[in-house]
Amino acid sequence: MALWKPDPTFYPSPRDAAAAPPEKLAYVAAFSRPATTPDAIAVLDTDPDSGEYGQVTGFTELPELGDELHHFGWNMCSSALCPYAPHPHTERRYLVVPGLRSSRLHILDVKEDPKAPKVVKVLGPEELAKHAGYSRPHTVHCGPEGLYVSCLGGADGAEGPGGVALVDHESFEVLGRWEVDRGGQYLAYDLWWHIAHDVAVTSEWATPSMIEDGVVPELLLGRKYGHQLHFWDLRRRRHTQTVDLGDQHQMVLELRPAHDPTRKYGFVGVVISVEDLSASVWLWHEDAAGGDGPWTATKVITIPAEPAPADSLPPLLQGFGAVPPLVTDIDLSVDDRFLYVSCWGTGELKQYDVSDPFHPRETGSVRIGGIAGQTPHPALPGEPLRGGPQMVEVSRDGRRVYVTNSLYGAWDEQFYPAGVGAWLAKLDTGTDGGITLDERFFPHGDAFRGRRVHQVRLQGGDASSDSYCYP
Amino acid sequence: MTLTSGQFTALALLGVFHGIDPGMGWLFAVSFGLQERSRRALLRVLPFIGLGHEAAIAIMVAILTVTSSLFAAKAVVLVGGSILLAFGLWRLRGRRHVRWVGMRLSRWQLAGWSFIMSSAHGAGLMLVTVFAFSMNDQVSPLDLHHGVLRVLAVAVAAMAVHVGAMLLTCGAVALTVYELLGLRVLRTLWVNLDRVWAFALVGAGVATVLMV
Repeated sequence: MALWKPDPTFYPSPRDAAAAPPEKLAYVAAFSRPATTPDAIAVLDTDPDSGEYGQVTGFTELPELGDELHHFGWNMCSSALCPYAPHPHTERRYLVVPGLRSSRLHILDVKEDPKAPKVVKVLGPEELAKHAGYSRPHTVHCGPEGLYVSCLGGADGAEGPGGVALVDHESFEVLGRWEVDRGGQYLAYDLWWHIAHDVAVTSEWATPSMIEDGVVPELLLGRKYGHQLHFWDLRRRRHTQTVDLGDQHQMVLELRPAHDPTRKYGFVGVVISVEDLSASVWLWHEDAAGGDGPWTATKVITIPAEPAPADSLPPLLQGFGAVPPLVTDIDLSVDDRFLYVSCWGTGELKQYDVSDPFHPRETGSVRIGGIAGQTPHPALPGEPLRGGPQMVEVSRDGRRVYVTNSLYGAWDEQFYPAGVGAWLAKLDTGTDGGITLDERFFPHGDAFRGRRVHQVRLQGGDASSDSYCYP
Repeated sequence: MTLTSGQFTALALLGVFHGIDPGMGWLFAVSFGLQERSRRALLRVLPFIGLGHEAAIAIMVAILTVTSSLFAAKAVVLVGGSILLAFGLWRLRGRRHVRWVGMRLSRWQLAGWSFIMSSAHGAGLMLVTVFAFSMNDQVSPLDLHHGVLRVLAVAVAAMAVHVGAMLLTCGAVALTVYELLGLRVLRTLWVNLDRVWAFALVGAGVATVLMV
């Protein structure tokens, strides 16, 4: 049912969104690695005045087994206020939750009881296959034409090409394949856009067989994982340009464009360089100042591997004698000022001031978990933690950061063979930088009922959920 | 076909109503202004929004004029009113949004966008009611004394009044939001005009049919 007034969680500009009230709840993808129990969306209480602060207060199990929940998104967001096709009276009400392994799409209604999301629709893998020709749905973004779901695999057992499926944001039917002309893109991963410039950007991870049983060392050393960025005409759905970061830079993952719609730059993380195990963050921008020049990318952050004794390393890394940082997620605050970088291998969350995007300045760092360090959380001192900061989500006002510790089922075991565990940490940020762990907020272990935790979405929107048409 | 001052007032008021709707153009004009940080950018696109609206209206007026010169006026009004009513009811169910995707439109594309939006929202259709009043007491449509030119002149005057009012409102709202209020007002003041439109269409449809 349409509203009379715009949904209160839609904001015309990032500036307005940054003034939004703090979230009271967070939704977390929780998946059962052995697939013996259903995956779930866990609901966390993030209201510091609540008696359940920092605890799992709701837990909605999905109907079937083996989904492997990963990323998810909202049916609607602030892009509904965009001037060319405004529909501000539709509600941000449903979570769209793909099963990365099962290729199912789940629709969860959070309106009636936000602490107990209800599964209202499940689309089987055949829907995605039949209408869009894809499988392994990954990222979900609410955008101008509906929901954009980036998918890693092809349909009916085909490895690729991966791409983007369009899903209606009200009926939740798969409308079809988004791309009219996909150019040279074959590997898929993330998708986002410069909405005010009709430009979309996609990145590359791998095809299903390259990830589902774990990272394949021969393919990695053979530089077969993704190392390119793709630029698109968002309106005409056409591939316009490929930017190759160099094939030593393996796995180009999360895309974080500036929220300010007048700016045309963004950050993307690279997991690993096969030359020295370092990780990096790149800035994409236009070549010619001010004009509609071709896109290019500049490496603006390099994070080196850290030497470690072989006996502290999993078999995969023993030959190298070092821990790669493994930058698997990054997130940009809504005011475009701070970039958060997860180092899942070394167990570190870094904060950079990116006011000058070409020259990031490190302003904060917190160690927690890590392959060699296993740094404990202050709420549980003396207890070594495995896994590291991985999915990172920033509140709209930029004051709180949430991190979870699982990367992807089969990969967790390769890097943390003794078990990755399950934990979620919250950090508070200083107004001019600096991050500290909140000792009152550390749901872990049994709180997640035997599941591992991946993406976090905040009630009403967060730094990676919404795009804005007005500066 | 002649129009009374009351009908001209009604056309102008409908123009104000169309101009107030953010989905009809002022919001787009504001976004051009904000994106380029320039009031001139906002003002430059206004005529093209008006042009698209005008075209949508013109098509309806043309259809009305031609059909009423071929068929009995009563029949035209009845059919027009019924279409109006049906369209309003369909919009009340209202799940479908027009999708035109893109922010970087040329001015002519913007005129096209405005045309599509106005047509899809039934802006031209809404005017059927006003014209219906003038056709009820029509003498023979083929009466040469009335002449094509005269009908044309009345139609052009009617459209000018309507689009003029629409454009003035559209521009005034756009400038007020751009210069004074800021887009935060969208969050509180943007009532669901789609639904108001639907009610207006249904109401106009009923009134038109009853008039026959």
